[in-house]
Amino acid sequence: MGVPEREHVQPKRKSKARWLLHLFPLPAFILYTLFVVYPILSAFTYSMYEWKGIARGAFVGLQNFLTLFQVEPFNKLFWNAFGHNVIYFLVEMVVQNGIAFILAFLIYRKIRGAGFLKIAYFMPRLLSVIVVGFLWKLILNPNYGALNTFLAKLGLEEWAKPWLGDPDTALLAIILVNCWFGIGFAVLIFLAGLQSIPEELIEAARLDGAKGITMLGRIILPLMMPSITIMTIFTFIQAFEAFELVYAMQGSMGEPFHSTDTLAVYFYRLAFSGSGGAGDVSIGLGSALAVVLFFIVASVSAFSLRVMRKREIQH
Amino acid sequence: MRAGIGRRSLQYLFAYLFVLVALYPIVLMVSSSVKTNAEIFTSPLALPKTFSLDTYRKLWEVVPFADFLMNSVVVSVTSVLLITVTSAMAAFYLARFSYRWTGLLYFFFLLGLMIPIKLGIVPLFLLMKKLGLLNSLWSLILIYTASGIPISVFILTGFFRTLPVELEEAARIDGCNHFQVFWRVLLPLIRPALGTVVIINFIHAWNDFFFPLIFIQDEALKTIPVGMMVLFGEYETDWSLLFAGLTLSALPMIAVFLIASRQFMEGLTAGAVK
Repeated sequence: MGVPEREHVQPKRKSKARWLLHLFPLPAFILYTLFVVYPILSAFTYSMYEWKGIARGAFVGLQNFLTLFQVEPFNKLFWNAFGHNVIYFLVEMVVQNGIAFILAFLIYRKIRGAGFLKIAYFMPRLLSVIVVGFLWKLILNPNYGALNTFLAKLGLEEWAKPWLGDPDTALLAIILVNCWFGIGFAVLIFLAGLQSIPEELIEAARLDGAKGITMLGRIILPLMMPSITIMTIFTFIQAFEAFELVYAMQGSMGEPFHSTDTLAVYFYRLAFSGSGGAGDVSIGLGSALAVVLFFIVASVSAFSLRVMRKREIQH
Repeated sequence: MRAGIGRRSLQYLFAYLFVLVALYPIVLMVSSSVKTNAEIFTSPLALPKTFSLDTYRKLWEVVPFADFLMNSVVVSVTSVLLITVTSAMAAFYLARFSYRWTGLLYFFFLLGLMIPIKLGIVPLFLLMKKLGLLNSLWSLILIYTASGIPISVFILTGFFRTLPVELEEAARIDGCNHFQVFWRVLLPLIRPALGTVVIINFIHAWNDFFFPLIFIQDEALKTIPVGMMVLFGEYETDWSLLFAGLTLSALPMIAVFLIASRQFMEGLTAGAVK
């Protein structure tokens, strides 16, 4: 008696369950599509319309892009900010990632207190970028800031400067603060890369007589290339999206005299604060700039990932 | 031998010098917050001579810090919960069933890893306006949830795939339906990956300042990071108060980090190293 009854019930339950199964990815799909994919795609269409405030006007094709690149002051502001993003990337690569690599290498070579070192280096990364910016603004204050006081204590008064007020030092100061913030993360990435190298390979190279620079350049660096590539991509994306720190320390104008302006800050100005150069909020130009920025970031990270894949296959 | 010792001590010097560089500004922030303004301006580097929490009392009075804190907690906890549940469900589906569209769906989610969502802020702003969510904590919860989904789906799908299928088959034979398999059998097993997802997204939601800057105008609805902007805008010269605000903003996260530092560091690098 029991057996046929079960056979009767089970298919029914199964088909119902199978239909319900497709509900599993649905909430994530809807949220992600509506609040991530749709806005990005919209930014593309927005960039091809004329805008009056937040009201969409006529379709203008690539007019916004032409204005961005050919009309003063937009083109000058673009290249000025672009240059700062490039400097941002280069300084971070050298200072942040260079120092982080050395620190990771020291930890890898069994320095005492490695656990503590990792935690200490990582600590700044926990702060909100706005807190980092405000904190350093106080430290770099020309009159009462800790840095200039410290320099005076060392007898280096003439080195003391209004770091953030001087167009020659402001950008560098901000980037170095960013390095302070990001170094711990880079240490962890590089350390993971170093620790993924098989012990036998290092040992074999040592037996073959590899030492010091040869060991580092010929064996260790090539073998940890994936972590270097991923850190380079992160640094690039972060440098080209730099906004918060500049905004916190120098405001939406990239003071002084646009000397710390970046593309994302310029974008914010165009789209929200109406001081991009036109006087009015320009959603069309802002969206065009967003599209350009999107292509810079996406193409470079896609390209680097491909290079990395190839390298991975090789060894 | 002597050269070896010399080099070794140079290495220690370098490593511990950077401990100082990393930690000193944070120590300075905390110690300045218990100083008086006069003390900060005359001897900014010295440790505080007196210890007073008056500044914190004042901070509590001049800005609605309790509101900021509450908003930050509500936004971070809700969005982390939503991300974890929705991403785990999606990851379960993507890792465990193969229909014609599963690969494409997975790829669609992964695209999100490369999308700089901040560049969609103008359409997002207008969308939130249309939905009537501007000046509401929901605007933040929804954007943090949506933008956290790609990395979370990526991490969780990878983890689900490492689990043996036999466990589920056994559970199905015992009469569990898909939901029960997911909830009772698999979810407890992916706890380490869930921890990673929680940490990554919690730090992001807690510290973010970009979205509340644009979505929230009402002072009582601000989260801690934008709340700091209010403080710095209005009390520019009261440094003791400013340092206290910064300290109070940083403290919750530092406290959680010290309790679970290993999970934090592993969690934040997990997406990158895999």
